[in-house]
Amino acid sequence: MTKVTLTVNGRTMSGECEDRTLLVHFIREKLGLTGTHVGCDTTQCGACVIHMDGRSVKSCSILAVQASGSAITTIEGLASQGELHPVQAAFKEHHGLQCGFCTPGMVMTAVDMINRHGGSLTEEKVRTELDGNICRCTGYHNIVKAILAADAEMASGRQAAE
Amino acid sequence: MGVEGIGARVTRKEDKRFLTGKGRYTDDMTVPGMKYAYFVRSPHAHAKIVNIDLSAAKSMPGVIDVLDGKELQADGIGNLICGWMIHSKDGSPMKMGAWRPLAVDTVRYVGDAIAIVVADTSGEARDAAEAVVIDYEVLPAVADVTAAMRAGAPQLHPEAPGNLIFDWQIGDPDAADRAIASAAHVTEIDIVNNRLSPNPMEPRATLGIYDSAEDHYTCYTTSQNPHVARLVMSAFYNVAPENKLRVIAPDVGGGFGSKIYIYPEEIVCLWASKKTNVPVKWTSDRTEAFLTDAHGRDHISKVRMAFDADHRITALKVDTIANLGAYMSLFSSAVPTYLYATLLSGQYAIPTIHANVRTVYTNTVPVDAYRGAGRPEATYLLERTIETAARELGLSPAELRRKNFIRSFPYQTPVIMNYDAGNYEASLDAAMQAADWNGFAARRSGSEARGKKRGIGMSCYIEACGIAPSAAVGSLGAGVGLWESAEVRVNAVGTIEVLTGSHSHGQGHETTFAQLVAGRLGVPIESINIVHGDTDKVQMGMGTYGSRSGAVGMSAIVKALDKVEAKAKKIAAHLMEASEEDIVIENGELKVAGTDKAVPWFQVALASYTAHNLPSGMEPGLKETAFYDPSNFTFPAGCYIAEVEVDPETGETDIIQFVAADDFGNIINPLIVEGQVHGGLAQGIGQALLEAVHYDENGQLLTASFMDYAMPRADDLPSFKLSHQNTPCPSNPLGIKGCGEAGAIGSPPALINAITDAIGTNRLTMPATSMKVWQAIHAAH
Repeated sequence: MTKVTLTVNGRTMSGECEDRTLLVHFIREKLGLTGTHVGCDTTQCGACVIHMDGRSVKSCSILAVQASGSAITTIEGLASQGELHPVQAAFKEHHGLQCGFCTPGMVMTAVDMINRHGGSLTEEKVRTELDGNICRCTGYHNIVKAILAADAEMASGRQAAE
Repeated sequence: MGVEGIGARVTRKEDKRFLTGKGRYTDDMTVPGMKYAYFVRSPHAHAKIVNIDLSAAKSMPGVIDVLDGKELQADGIGNLICGWMIHSKDGSPMKMGAWRPLAVDTVRYVGDAIAIVVADTSGEARDAAEAVVIDYEVLPAVADVTAAMRAGAPQLHPEAPGNLIFDWQIGDPDAADRAIASAAHVTEIDIVNNRLSPNPMEPRATLGIYDSAEDHYTCYTTSQNPHVARLVMSAFYNVAPENKLRVIAPDVGGGFGSKIYIYPEEIVCLWASKKTNVPVKWTSDRTEAFLTDAHGRDHISKVRMAFDADHRITALKVDTIANLGAYMSLFSSAVPTYLYATLLSGQYAIPTIHANVRTVYTNTVPVDAYRGAGRPEATYLLERTIETAARELGLSPAELRRKNFIRSFPYQTPVIMNYDAGNYEASLDAAMQAADWNGFAARRSGSEARGKKRGIGMSCYIEACGIAPSAAVGSLGAGVGLWESAEVRVNAVGTIEVLTGSHSHGQGHETTFAQLVAGRLGVPIESINIVHGDTDKVQMGMGTYGSRSGAVGMSAIVKALDKVEAKAKKIAAHLMEASEEDIVIENGELKVAGTDKAVPWFQVALASYTAHNLPSGMEPGLKETAFYDPSNFTFPAGCYIAEVEVDPETGETDIIQFVAADDFGNIINPLIVEGQVHGGLAQGIGQALLEAVHYDENGQLLTASFMDYAMPRADDLPSFKLSHQNTPCPSNPLGIKGCGEAGAIGSPPALINAITDAIGTNRLTMPATSMKVWQAIHAAH
């Protein structure tokens, strides 16, 4: 067993785990943050996407011990003081979720996508960027719509701030 | 219709918890002392189990116990069953082979469960499973349905000689033969409906908790119908009597049919929890899901469609073979029979229909209902056949369909169904307009100029939803009734809980069901909670599948609401010294019609519980229960058009546009209905272009991960163009038909008709991958 210490959603958290423990299982089982999901065994579905040191990462493809010392944001840390993040709000507004299982990974991927391409996203670009996230419910139609709407909303927010 | 009532585009009440990571799925559940299970599964498609040695595994680190099928059998746990009896045309009952929750002497597919390991961690359970030593005598296996029917094929079950489960028919074979013999034109086509893996994003999971003090079991599970799970586990599998078994299906991450059935893992985890005296949780990984979740489709059919000289269809004759896998899953027998052949009339007036269906065992995972369940198979067959006929007859596909549309209702088909309402031409016209059908020729020329092949294809589907009138399905062999229950519980201050036997696993019932109540009473939607998925809370229910929750589940709520309103009106009339008949409920008040006298809803609720001033003889409280048994199926229908561009160099298909024009009857929430259609379309397009389960000749599953089985991804799909042409359903109080499966039913033939139109050859099977399309182009020229 190895001790792993992480900063998760702004709080320092630690736990003991086997060296083979994947980061996603550490987050879910040791830290009790079950919003991050496991939908496959082959790094294909993206239900486990989190942000690690500011970048989106599939937490099933990294060992917990490798992540030790890093700053993690999970879906639980995205809303601030009860206010949904603009991406979360857009998913609700445009019905970008149904069963909710892929949703945390979709939202974390979408936030990262907007961070990297903010203001310049197109439908085609969003669809390409979503290649690593599988949804079986929505046909992606409303997910794409929600991400484009959030991008526009966040871009106008940035403009207003300038 | 208020802002939150029926017809309003209300965003979902349940979204916040899913968007903030607060959803509670089965694998999220932990209880004190909980241990982890791992199942030892057969690596062989067909083998005798010679010996099982658990001793090494039992001494592995962290292991609580390792249990096998002999112990399970000794404890009297029963075999899994199929709950719908089908008789062959010779009168003999279907041949149900024994399916043990843990195999004892024979394994019949790769993934067949043999033993359960319970350990402190999931890793330790998995390690110990490696140490279970099983001696097998490997037997010849057969995965292909045609091969399984040949003389000398490996035999799966002694009960089923020739691997034949049943040989069933519907309709008049001689009349169909006569019509075909005297036809002006007969279109013949072979149709293959490819085998699919449902793949909800949440893998199956179950947590079995045995309480020795109370001799009581709790089962958290990924189920679309927790009450059916409890019923079957009590009545047939002998796990525990109903009063000693609570089944909870919390948030469930998609089902699409695959979570209707009771699988070995729920039964075994509950039993293992008693044996080990610890709570036992099992979570499937994705490869296990591919290996063990019931698959869908897998039909091969020969079709003949006869026409008179005026191009009217005079007969349809279908011969289908359906692969049911190694064992008969819970509703497997109903899918290729009453959910399939009864829809073979489609939207067309066909005087004579005959269908023969043979179902066959193979060494593959059991096959059962998957989104659409029988209706996609019927629609694909019919819509490819009529499209082919139009090409052979030199007619436009729309005109041939129009000529044969059913136009007056009710309409009795020759295959049981009685269509109650519809307007097929309205959907066809709307779809053709939305797709700019008339502008297609110019677009095709444009594509040709760029070296591309452009095609357009349509599909006019009908389905039967609102499953189902209990007496009718009982007469056809169903082991259960298919009504739904509801309880409307008004609290003392007027807030409301609605308990429903429907189960939401993505459909948004917490919103749509609340819209119904909010609209009826004029109270805020926030004051209404929808309770479902727990057998301790909801008395009984039949669950969610077959697009039944609106038509059947909500109708039960309507009935319960009627009773609540009637009692509330009596109380209000008493309080206002008015006549009960004069009371109307509006905007959260009970008013005396035509006056300014009113009492607020909450005051009536409070009066019912204080009981200080109730009409003489009235019981206190405001809570009513209702069961609704539908009088007929409902018949959603519509027209889908796909336009594609194929690159002849690569065979790659680009979907230029996809139009869906649907008739779902009255719509509760357009936002949610559109979402259901989008998702269905993606699954249908997945079937048509990408998805296929492949077993090799030894029964090894070759497509057991998302790296081998192509799921539709965002960049495989276009945005969709939707519209609705609704004729209210006359068979239920809300006029609802159901919308959950239409997308998956109507889309595959539209796409294949479009691709075959583009490439100029009809010889193409699903999934139409780039390679297959390229080969079809080159074979044709």
